[in-house]
Amino acid sequence: MPVRDFLRTSSKLSPFQPRYEHLLLLVCVLGTVLPLGVDCNTSADNHQNNGTQKKSFPVLSFDYLHVRLPFEIALWILLASLMKLGFHLIPRLSNIVPESCLLIVVGLLVGGLIKVVGEAPPVLDSKVFFLCLLPPIILDAGYFLPIRAFSENTGTILMFAVIGTLWNSFFMGGMLYAVCQIPGTGLENVGLLPSLLFGSIISAVDPVAVLAVFEEIHINELLHILVFGESLLNDAVTVVLYHLFEEYAGVGSVTFMDVLLGVICFLVVSLGGVFMGILYGLIAAFTSRFTSHTRVIEPLFVFLYSYMAYLSAEVFHLSGIMALIACGVVMRPYVEANISHKSHTTIKYFMKMWSSVSETLIFIFLGVSTVAGPHQWNWIFVGCTLLFCLVSRVLGVIGLTSIINKFRIVKLTTKDQFIIAYGGLRGAIAFSLGFLLDKGHFPMRDMFLTAIITVIFFTVFVQGMTIRPLVELLAVKKKQETKRSINEEIHTQFLDHLLTGIEDVCGHYGHHHWKDKLSRFNKKYIKKCLIAGERSKEPQLIAFYHKMEMKQAIELVESGGIPKIPSAVSTVSMQNIKPKRALPQLSKGKEEEIRNILRSNLQRTRQRLRSYNRHTLMADPYEDAWNQMLIRRQKARQLEKRMTNYLTVPANHPDSPTMMRSRLSSDPQGYSLKLNSGNVPAIVVDPATPQSPESMKLLDESSKPGEEDQGIVMRAKLPESSRTDDNVFTPGEDSPKEQRLIRCLSDPGPPPEEEKDDEYQAFLN
Amino acid sequence: MGAFHSRPDENDIRHLAEKTGFSVEQVEILHRRFKQLSRDEDTLQREHLYGIPDLECNPIRTQIVAAFFDKRNFDKDSPQGTVQEIGFEQFLTVMSHFRPLKLRMTEEQREQLRLEKLQFLFNMYDLDNDGKISLEEYRHVVYELLSQNPQIGNESAAIADAAMLEAATICMGQMEPDQVYEGITFQDFLKMWTGIDIETKMHVRFLKMDNTTLCK
Repeated sequence: MPVRDFLRTSSKLSPFQPRYEHLLLLVCVLGTVLPLGVDCNTSADNHQNNGTQKKSFPVLSFDYLHVRLPFEIALWILLASLMKLGFHLIPRLSNIVPESCLLIVVGLLVGGLIKVVGEAPPVLDSKVFFLCLLPPIILDAGYFLPIRAFSENTGTILMFAVIGTLWNSFFMGGMLYAVCQIPGTGLENVGLLPSLLFGSIISAVDPVAVLAVFEEIHINELLHILVFGESLLNDAVTVVLYHLFEEYAGVGSVTFMDVLLGVICFLVVSLGGVFMGILYGLIAAFTSRFTSHTRVIEPLFVFLYSYMAYLSAEVFHLSGIMALIACGVVMRPYVEANISHKSHTTIKYFMKMWSSVSETLIFIFLGVSTVAGPHQWNWIFVGCTLLFCLVSRVLGVIGLTSIINKFRIVKLTTKDQFIIAYGGLRGAIAFSLGFLLDKGHFPMRDMFLTAIITVIFFTVFVQGMTIRPLVELLAVKKKQETKRSINEEIHTQFLDHLLTGIEDVCGHYGHHHWKDKLSRFNKKYIKKCLIAGERSKEPQLIAFYHKMEMKQAIELVESGGIPKIPSAVSTVSMQNIKPKRALPQLSKGKEEEIRNILRSNLQRTRQRLRSYNRHTLMADPYEDAWNQMLIRRQKARQLEKRMTNYLTVPANHPDSPTMMRSRLSSDPQGYSLKLNSGNVPAIVVDPATPQSPESMKLLDESSKPGEEDQGIVMRAKLPESSRTDDNVFTPGEDSPKEQRLIRCLSDPGPPPEEEKDDEYQAFLN
Repeated sequence: MGAFHSRPDENDIRHLAEKTGFSVEQVEILHRRFKQLSRDEDTLQREHLYGIPDLECNPIRTQIVAAFFDKRNFDKDSPQGTVQEIGFEQFLTVMSHFRPLKLRMTEEQREQLRLEKLQFLFNMYDLDNDGKISLEEYRHVVYELLSQNPQIGNESAAIADAAMLEAATICMGQMEPDQVYEGITFQDFLKMWTGIDIETKMHVRFLKMDNTTLCK
């Protein structure tokens, strides 16, 4: 997960101070582990002496039982988080061994420790797993699911998920039953139905394990979405098969009617789950429309509605995972259009945090449960299970791919098939399902559990560790870390419309046609209901553009005003694209007129200045300083131009003095014109009076029409008396016109009303 | 072979199939569609294409129709310009830009296909046929894309400018302040598309076409 990557990069900064840190971490871990096993019953003492005699008032008492449950939960989560921290302090380790393996090892150690202390280590309770630990991971996956990739490959994913899982279950169940029938293995009591049940439990690819391993290898998007999508969508199949076989294993036989019901049940479970998710997603989107006044609780709605979707689906024994995915997918575009930027960040980070902690806890608990659980080891059974698992996966993938490739445009190569087969990891869901089995009905439950755990260990350790070198070896295409650019967006949209058009010309109602219809329906009806205000009409391209602008602006602020354009070494700027006039709006004649006015006024001022120069000012340094200032200002403007390419300042934003001041002070290169005091002592000029004024002010000539014809009055403020950090150029009074002037010089976006300031710019150019 | 009478004969079909890369069935299906669009005439005109009802809600409708009548798309070396009406062969040639990849294609063939498709796209952007996409043309493209929405205003210009700047940055890298970036040439266009598999994205499935649901 991205949080992990983030942590990894930050750990690279501290390569090897860590001896003491490791020790400290170890102490922390031990400190958290030991209380987990200790059952404290000192609180029993307190209740004995009530009523009969007055005992001394307890200043300090110890009552652990009171807080036992939350305390232990917190300790487990703390342990998980400390483990995560610890792994990333050892960079080499985390490159070789995937995190899931390390966590299971830690779980084994913790379980061992607890056993050594003498307590019974806690087993991964299925209820806790399914209701608390699994939903955050699935929600995270569903909310951030790449829709485009998923929808393009839906057929393939469904084939793998449904038919692949069915094939796996029946193959495994059948083969294991056959093996059990061989006399002399001691397994004769394993009937057909229990075998099939076992097959269905073990055959499902696990989303948690897949996520954990695939996140780290950065494989290309197609393979990632295929394996991951399969692991998500096979939940429906698993649920149906599990319930079907569990119900009828007690009875001992399954009729044709039951099978038919099973098929119907499958449809109901999957479609019902999806429907439930869509329903809750729409409600969530609708709710988010009204949260503009209570931004603080916006993230809560997202989480609550998703969890409710999951729980509601579980009530009806529908597929909770599919409900969660559907809810996240449906909710996301509308919610993101409605909520504030901060809420968006909050949602993202909370989800990542919870899913990360959940995942860690699951793996640790797997390790602990291994130590704890009752085991019954049977070489043949376990060995055959492992063998058949691998064989059935490989056969299934190869067989299905040969069928699928007939319908795909981008065919799946052998390399792809290998990765898909190799990436079929089993995980904690299989364990939990096995754990749920009733010992009464299934006397061989312990054997099943042992086999399940062995398969999980094998897939996570062996396959998880070796998949990364294999990916390197086979030179599988990796994920391309390209930022989405505005060009790409334009081209993609153009291409979509083009393909839809061509399909219409052909008369072929294909993929693009329906996608286009759906998006038009969406725009016309749904968006109006679910998105607040004006944003419902915003086309996608503009929304994308605004998002990019926002990102650029945030980057700019965060890096302290130093512009960080996408290609920092490039000197291409807007000037190169539009080398023409800076005033597209003025007509030639008017421009000339304005230039003349300004020029004549400057001449007048210069004359006036010159008349005073002899007395108060040296002419040359003043000219120099002025030229220097002009040059620097031009450079600053270029810099600003580059910065503001993506920052189109909207026309009507009022600028408060504080905003302006912060902008001036945050731009170090723009206005820090440090004048040598030697060169230009005091630019004391006041055309009207011979007193020594301390201020130099650029007035916009056309904005003060009523005043006497002063022309361009320039008065410079001495550095000490400046109100801002700017040394030379300060606003004299906070009149709005001057603010506008300053603003015009600090950002060149020419909104139409600011035309007058633009002339000034042109003049200064 | 410009005009066909009611049914083209075997040799013509095979010749066309070879030339454009379609299969024989696909050529026949497309021929039937051609006949339907052109109302049984031998040539297709712009009005026929404009008359397709589904095409009306497409924002870049004019450009799509124009692409069919653009001589550059008929042949690699043909002169620039547009024609008023096209025959079945030209129709097929334009459609062939959208055929999918075959499984066994050599690297060169893939590259060739990719170039063809990108050239088609480029021609659609470059309206005045000067070999460059200028800022005005790019702005026009963005404007068209957003044309279905009521409030466009200055946004399209800003977006086009930003996109052009990005393109220039990718293609040129360093430029002096007084150099002018004329426009996106075809080479620059190729550069922008590296990494995106256009050959897999730009295709229409000609496998089956439901002629009964055709318009009109």
